[in-house]
Amino acid sequence: MTPSVLPLGDPAPADGVLPAQAAIGAADRKFSLYVHIPFCAVRCGYCDFNTYTATELGGGASQDAYAETAVREVEFAAQAMSASGLPKRKLSTVFFGGGTPTLLAAGDLTRILAAAVARWGLEDGAEVTTEANPDSVTRESLQQLFDGGFTRVSFGMQSAIPHVLKVLDRTHNPERVPQAVAWAREVGLRVSVDLIYGTPGESFADWETSVRTALSYEPDHISAYSLIVEEGTKLAAQIRRGQVPNIDDDDHAAKYELADRLFQEAGLSWYEVSNWSRTPQDACQHNLAYWRGDDWWGIGPGAHSHVGGVRWWNVKHPTAYANRLDKGESPAAGRETLDAQTRELERIMLVSRLSEGLAVDTLSPTARKAIAGLIAQELVDPLKVFAGTLVLTLKGRLLGDAVTRALLD
Amino acid sequence: MSPMARTAPVPAATDPAIIRNFCIIAHIDHGKSTLADRMLQLTGVVQQRDMKAQYLDRMDIERERGITIKSQAVRIPWEVDGTSYCLNMIDTPGHVDFTYEVSRSLAACEGAILLVDAAQGIEAQTLANLYLAMENNLTIIPVLNKIDLPAAQPEKYAAELANLIGGKPEDVLMVSGKTGVGVEELLDQIVRDLPAPQGDPNAPARAMIFDSVYDTYRGVVTYVRVIDGSLSPREKIQMMSTRATHELLEIGVSSPEPKPSKGLGVGEVGYLITGVKDVRLSKVGDTVTTFHKPATEALAGYHDAKPMVFSGLYPLDGTDYPVLRDALEKLMLNDAALVYEPETSAALGFGFRVGFLGLLHLEITRERLEREHNLDLISTAPNVEYEVTLEDKKVVHVTNPSEYPTGKIAEVREPMVAATILAPTEFVGAIMELCQTRRGILGGMDYLSEDRVEIRYRLPLAEIVFDFFDILKSKTRGYGSLDWKADGDQVADLVKVDIMLQGEQVDAFSAITHRDKSYAYGVMMTGKLRELIPRQQFEVPIQAAIGARIIARENIRAIRKDVLAKCYGGDISRKRKLLEKQKEGKKRMKMVGRVEVPQEAFIAALSSEEPVKDKSKK
Repeated sequence: MTPSVLPLGDPAPADGVLPAQAAIGAADRKFSLYVHIPFCAVRCGYCDFNTYTATELGGGASQDAYAETAVREVEFAAQAMSASGLPKRKLSTVFFGGGTPTLLAAGDLTRILAAAVARWGLEDGAEVTTEANPDSVTRESLQQLFDGGFTRVSFGMQSAIPHVLKVLDRTHNPERVPQAVAWAREVGLRVSVDLIYGTPGESFADWETSVRTALSYEPDHISAYSLIVEEGTKLAAQIRRGQVPNIDDDDHAAKYELADRLFQEAGLSWYEVSNWSRTPQDACQHNLAYWRGDDWWGIGPGAHSHVGGVRWWNVKHPTAYANRLDKGESPAAGRETLDAQTRELERIMLVSRLSEGLAVDTLSPTARKAIAGLIAQELVDPLKVFAGTLVLTLKGRLLGDAVTRALLD
Repeated sequence: MSPMARTAPVPAATDPAIIRNFCIIAHIDHGKSTLADRMLQLTGVVQQRDMKAQYLDRMDIERERGITIKSQAVRIPWEVDGTSYCLNMIDTPGHVDFTYEVSRSLAACEGAILLVDAAQGIEAQTLANLYLAMENNLTIIPVLNKIDLPAAQPEKYAAELANLIGGKPEDVLMVSGKTGVGVEELLDQIVRDLPAPQGDPNAPARAMIFDSVYDTYRGVVTYVRVIDGSLSPREKIQMMSTRATHELLEIGVSSPEPKPSKGLGVGEVGYLITGVKDVRLSKVGDTVTTFHKPATEALAGYHDAKPMVFSGLYPLDGTDYPVLRDALEKLMLNDAALVYEPETSAALGFGFRVGFLGLLHLEITRERLEREHNLDLISTAPNVEYEVTLEDKKVVHVTNPSEYPTGKIAEVREPMVAATILAPTEFVGAIMELCQTRRGILGGMDYLSEDRVEIRYRLPLAEIVFDFFDILKSKTRGYGSLDWKADGDQVADLVKVDIMLQGEQVDAFSAITHRDKSYAYGVMMTGKLRELIPRQQFEVPIQAAIGARIIARENIRAIRKDVLAKCYGGDISRKRKLLEKQKEGKKRMKMVGRVEVPQEAFIAALSSEEPVKDKSKK
């Protein structure tokens, strides 16, 4: 999941060595790995991720050679981290995202994973997830993934409604989803499904059908995102030309409330603004690492990394990416070293999204002053505040950015 | 064809018989400055290499807008039949807001060149100034400019001019300021046709001030035309309106750079420097005499410039208030018409209520403040001065809607204008309709030529200060032109409309309107604000009210969603920057009660539907 627009930052050195601050306290932080697979069979109209269709690329960036290139960055990462004085840490979680990771042969994915595990090792019971398109898996390929060390698969279901899928340019047949979920279960993978709500033309009833359909597969985990119209996408152009109605935040809010209710009724609880799990153990540990501010290295073109308050991102184009690694250079395009104030801002922005909440005693006096107002506006749960944590109410989840801003002032 | 004068007549020793004082009456863009430049070049007072386009328009804003705000006077030599003449060209301001200044410039002349674009014909303001010149008994030389243009229709417009001033179309001179065609003939004709100035050289000195400019290095430079007697350096002079006396530090003529002289005699035009620092001490229209041998009677026609249009000026950033105050103080030194006093707005903070001669004056002042002093300003909707008589006979003058009295009102009087509109005949219906909706009363209508009419209306000033000119332009496809002058006042059924956000009155949006239009204003403003104010976490009612009576209402629904759905590893930097930006943006919000209103909403709500830019252009 790497957005296409890279931030502006400082230049990153070719040897990939990190500023000194990255190593401070690293032994106490978990370490995760993200692997970006920049391929899709078709580019979806709403998607602004850094992804390419199979025929667009050649050389080390081609689909066939990609696993080898990614393994090269794994090696580079291990070296750069040790050169930066970071201790060797076992992988706490691994996540393959895209694009469509399952467009690569299962063997390619397990090969990259094996190379990473060989470098760093894997914590016991570590979560290893791949995203998948329901159309691009078979029972066999899922079996192969499981055998290669994957523990979890996240299916991009998006909607159960054909006309909604069409607006999204999703090519899968909705009927493939239950089959794919069943196969994943059979081979021993835990299952998550992704849903998108608020697509132009999606009725309230359409959304309810999608939610109920997703629940009928009894997944361990569901992510539900409101559709975001990103600049530069086909969908944005269609809306601008008036071919497709614009999205409506009120519609999004109502659909969120409905989904939250139905998920709860089905026994799933929210643990992040857009994520629900059957048990706390079913929460996506990898994504929690992002929100908790742990360290991770992102492999692949356009992938973002974070180690100890240093964020960097790789060059976007797979060919440029492959060329850098061929020369033994860091594929980073830019980076930023966050000061204490900025890290605190990020912590508030990210942890406030979680049901585990922000510990009140970690907040600054000014931030604490804002809490009474947030309670009055019914944005945070008063009982939880008395117990020492700031946790969003349902209304607060929908106005999460406003809560963050209030705590920053 | 005349040669360039070989010897120029010397100031202070010039026989009035060889002096010709003239000005050019022209509409903006009809090429006055270009023609003046050509004259300077032809007569040799400005060398080719020093020539910048429109030499006489000194301020950047003047050059950019192509208009003259402050007039200048230039002494130029010209030889006809072996005699060297002294021509004084007095460049007049070209806009409706500066009618008084124009009238004083005209009073300094014996003749005027009526300069009209051969592709456009005469415009309303030019016509108004022409009438002014004719009332002053000036000799008029009609000239069509830009005859080199492919779209020029010299025959048609020559007939129009001849018709207006009562001559023959053949007598209209054809020139092109751009190519220089006809300019020498024009100079010759000025010498031949214009009367020489007449005055008594032995009488006590009387000189009329037709312009007064503040110069950082020299203080106030006063431009005068000597009527009687003479002025000499080192003499003590006296302003007849105030009886204030000053030492004459320097006296001279512009040609066009200032050149000190031994004095100025009857009929001569030049400048005076006394070391005063405020143009208010040297007012346009006032008479200058000498302290030791003072004249008994001042020249006629002097009066104080009276502001007609008022607007609140506020710095966008409240900490800029002292900068704005200093800037206004400075500007005032150079602009006798500018008046201001501090005011406070609950919504906009500290600012000033500033009085202007008209809308262009407002725009130019605002632009100069912003540009020359690096300020960002909000100006409230312009309004006029109302005279409110309460039932207890107390009279209140209201220049700001928020000062409108709340007590029992016996009568409200509003200022009126006499407006002249020139347009092609096909637009008469549209113009009458527009004027009617603006509560105008038709005063008369005349044909200038077969297809152009002059329409006269009496209108409330308040009805034309906002967007009237823009609408007139669009209704006449750009062909209509407007001129107005103050014309007394009238009793009107006026009310104050207040705008409230969540029950809190926002003073910046209050307006005084005619009762019949109050509802429309309320609907318009509440609707505009609904679009401009972002949704808050609570519902925000927007109401328009007259007193306690609500006349319009809109609602901004509470925002229900304000959160980014996806926030993963690659989104964090972007998302953080967005939040930092929003945090910055919050600083630019004005709080009205609990409601956060962006600055932009104030600016957009206070501007007219379409941007009021380019009002100065025809």
